[in-house]
Amino acid sequence: MTLTITHGEIARLRRSNPEIFRRPLAERLREWGLWLGFAALLAFGLWWIDASPLRIWNGLSKLGFLVVLMIPPTDGGAFLGYCYAMLETLAMAFLGTLIAAVLAVPLGFLGAKNLVPNRLFHFGLRRVFDTFRGIDGLVWALIFVSAVGLGPFAGVLAIAVGDLMVFSKLFAEAIENVDRKPIEGVRAAGGSGIQTMRLGVFPQVFPVMMSHVLYFFESNVRSATILGIVGAGGIGLALSDRIRINNWDEAAFIIVMILVTVAVIDNLSRRIRMRIINADTGRK
Amino acid sequence: MTMRAETAGKLPASTHSERISAFEEHYRSARNLKRLWTTLYGALFLAALVGSILVSDFSITGLLIGLPKAWNYIAGTLPSLSLSNFWADLADWYWGINYWLRLLVETILMGFVGTALGGIVALFLCFPASRNLIDNTAIYFVSRRLLEFFRTVPELVFALIFVFALGLGPFAGVLAIAVHTAGSLGKLFAEVNENIDPRPIEGVRAAGGSWAMIMRLAVVPQALPNYASYGLLRFEINVRGASALGIVGAGGIGQDLYVAIRQFEYTDISAIMLLLIATTAIIDITCETIRHRLIGQDLTTGH
Repeated sequence: MTLTITHGEIARLRRSNPEIFRRPLAERLREWGLWLGFAALLAFGLWWIDASPLRIWNGLSKLGFLVVLMIPPTDGGAFLGYCYAMLETLAMAFLGTLIAAVLAVPLGFLGAKNLVPNRLFHFGLRRVFDTFRGIDGLVWALIFVSAVGLGPFAGVLAIAVGDLMVFSKLFAEAIENVDRKPIEGVRAAGGSGIQTMRLGVFPQVFPVMMSHVLYFFESNVRSATILGIVGAGGIGLALSDRIRINNWDEAAFIIVMILVTVAVIDNLSRRIRMRIINADTGRK
Repeated sequence: MTMRAETAGKLPASTHSERISAFEEHYRSARNLKRLWTTLYGALFLAALVGSILVSDFSITGLLIGLPKAWNYIAGTLPSLSLSNFWADLADWYWGINYWLRLLVETILMGFVGTALGGIVALFLCFPASRNLIDNTAIYFVSRRLLEFFRTVPELVFALIFVFALGLGPFAGVLAIAVHTAGSLGKLFAEVNENIDPRPIEGVRAAGGSWAMIMRLAVVPQALPNYASYGLLRFEINVRGASALGIVGAGGIGQDLYVAIRQFEYTDISAIMLLLIATTAIIDITCETIRHRLIGQDLTTGH
């Protein structure tokens, strides 16, 4: 037996439930309005930034010229110097992330709803955490270069300040998601306050925190590569110098170095992260 | 593993105390191995710490001298507002408000146009970069690597290059944002695509749809709310990024902030920073609300 449907039946169905065949006019209008608004805003933005096909075309030919200048990338005999600058970048990212993470632990405990139950305090602290996220790391670097002088130290501070508030928020969330049962277990077995923290809370929170920290370390390596552009040390200084004096082949070499370093760090950190998370789930 | 196999093999014949001692030995060796790893990680961490402190000129004295300096600097940027003369002081602090607001609008527009253009490119690149949608390994590999390249080269480096090629101004900044966004959104979109329900794809294919039709009619309707959510998230990030691009001459409010910091116009720095913080906070909250609604809608109308 085959299932057939006649035109008459379709027409009847169309009459009885029209919304299946055609969505309501209001909904369609709203959708069209949204797309139209999006397109209009995009067009306005393109007009504002003075984008025209001609400019893109001219730019493209210049970009092609640059790419030709970049090939082949050479180190200009300063390979060891670049390596040291890259080490400086990694050191800035490492120290900055570490300082932010260490300082964020007490702030995270303060911001956790289950440990400090005051609603107003919680809300206020969370807004402070959010506020500082609005400033880009490069702006912090600019400020710290003005405050403590050129060099990687300013970069360390910029990364630490930029990450501190984000870490605090993430740590607070990690602490809020803690399972109560192990805490009660330790307490029931006669553990003191510190022992409850060490044996009940810490083992649950530590892997989460570590995986956040490693993830941020990865992202900070990326951002540390450019902090040098404003004078905060690292490979970015070498890169912006080479671009300023139009040594594009050397600039390309540095960009390739950055790509390789970032790939290596990402890979290493991902492996450690997987290990930590696996060890954690393995224990459970 | 071998340890467990040995003890397991011995079990039937062994006595009670033998089993306990075998268990204890197993426990000891496992604990020793764990301690070895912990020590190894600790040593690695210490080496990295000492190395970074040496390389980055970080020192406690530097910190003790530097932190008060940094604090003084930040305190110095705060304006002197008096209650008796509040409005005049406020007007004095925000003397450039019209100019700054215009730059702020430019920054937001840069973030928007950059996200939109990058999102469009990402939309075209994400289908060939999804393993479940493409059979040709070469195309998959090339699009994945292309996306990786786009997002690994720092935005600011693209901005430096584009400023050189296209001249100063927001156009270079927008292109830099767009390229970087295409890379990161493309990857996220591809991950969304890889997690969709395969049944609609089979359906469209069975009805004789071409590859493009499958993408349009089977993949996009499922993935669109997630695309939009990721796009909004990227927009928040890009507005923040656009505020920094001005430092290399790529337009936006960063340019004026850079001048203020370089010329030690202290109160201007705090005025612009507060504007930036307020703007990003408003955008964050708005986008978050829309995002929750999008995902919520997705859940209620879900498949």
